[in-house]
Amino acid sequence: MITSAIFGIENNGLLALTALLTGVALVFLALWIAKLISPRSFNPQKGEAYECGIPTRGESMSQFKVGYYLFAILFLMFDVETVFLFPWAVRMRELGTDGLLSIAVFFGVLVLGLVYAWRKGALEWK
Amino acid sequence: MQDFSFLTTWVDNSLRSIMPGWLSVTVECLLIGVGLLLVYALLALFYIYYERKLCAAFQCRLGPNRVGPWGLLQSFADMFKMLIKEIIRLNHIDRFLFALAPYLVIIASMLAFAVLPWGKGLQIIDFNIGIFFLIAVSSIGVLGILLAGWSSNNKFTLIGSLRSGAQMVSYELSIGLSVITMVCLAGTMSVEGIVNEQADLWFIFKGHVPALVAFVIYMIAGTAETNRGPFDLPEAESELTAGYHTEYSGMHFGFFYLAEYLNLFIVSGVASLLFLGGWMPLHIPGWEAFNHIMDFIPSVVWFIGKAILLSFVIIWFKWTYPRLRIDQLLALEWKYLLPINLVNLVLMVLIIVNNWHF
Repeated sequence: MITSAIFGIENNGLLALTALLTGVALVFLALWIAKLISPRSFNPQKGEAYECGIPTRGESMSQFKVGYYLFAILFLMFDVETVFLFPWAVRMRELGTDGLLSIAVFFGVLVLGLVYAWRKGALEWK
Repeated sequence: MQDFSFLTTWVDNSLRSIMPGWLSVTVECLLIGVGLLLVYALLALFYIYYERKLCAAFQCRLGPNRVGPWGLLQSFADMFKMLIKEIIRLNHIDRFLFALAPYLVIIASMLAFAVLPWGKGLQIIDFNIGIFFLIAVSSIGVLGILLAGWSSNNKFTLIGSLRSGAQMVSYELSIGLSVITMVCLAGTMSVEGIVNEQADLWFIFKGHVPALVAFVIYMIAGTAETNRGPFDLPEAESELTAGYHTEYSGMHFGFFYLAEYLNLFIVSGVASLLFLGGWMPLHIPGWEAFNHIMDFIPSVVWFIGKAILLSFVIIWFKWTYPRLRIDQLLALEWKYLLPINLVNLVLMVLIIVNNWHF
């Protein structure tokens, strides 16, 4: 399917690495320039956590609402589903009825999962 | 259609004639890096100006108009101001994770940026699983945001980042399912392949009803994915100061700002790739003369034009709708968009099996 690779570079891993290093270079260079030209001053209050001008009370890296965790688990279920659907989506026309039937079973099980979560009240934000 | 591969081939050939192969590949990679960096920075500057002007127009204001003609240099001034601000050293943070978070956010957007179809012959990364790679790398950004909120050791940032994490992973499902719907129609995951499949007609017309539904869902989920518009409750300024980047100062904050605008471009770019043909000009079967005229407009202009037009819609959302509550936000995704998307996928499969598409 590749008709014209840029600069004739066929190795996509190399190109992805280039993009990744470009991102790293952008952050690194901008921080370096900022270090060179930005002012430095010290003030004992400056390093404190931002909290409307009063000292922070208690630990901040503490427990949080379990609801976020529940949605993360639900997300995991459906994200794995999408991972399995992608290869089928590409080959859908070639696989024909057999592929369609087997993916329908898979799809049905996941929809049942969603229905179960819904009935159990996992989708409510309480 | 103007093919840009003649330019890259010419550069490749002239480099190879004066230096060994490995060195020319290195120089070409450097060229790609510099090019990406330039386009990235210029688009970010343009988007800051674009959004400020548009939001001013929506609110019957003038917007930036002092720095340079029509305020065009305003975003340069902003960027320079960001650079000369002090980066404050905080006391109670996790220093390593705090410094790592901007890297992850920028890397995610830069990798996604390199997969976009910039023009004919200007496709940078072209895996045969291109669109899948794009979804995979753009989810690295969530990690950056979660790390930023957690490592700052502040209650505002923790709540902001958790909300943002829940929101982004939830809406990623809708993005994934709309992409699958379109991959079914395209029959390929390669970005170049998807664009070439739309040579006769764009997918939004080819797949009619399900494509249209997938497009609407993609735009809603994309808006949520970039933490913008009515879905900006991770940084709800009236309750959480600035959400996950409250503790970041100076250029450190600038990276989150940059990535937010670039993600806006990436989301609209992917929408234009999947539904509006990427760099492919508007072709209508049977209208030969019209198609020929459309071919005269360069492919880069087509792609960036479509992306900017779709960004206009997303910015329009932001300045029109009030912010959602977190329960409304999650209910919208899990109880409406996800079931609709699943039904839509089945509909698309039916249409393809029965050859009802154009």
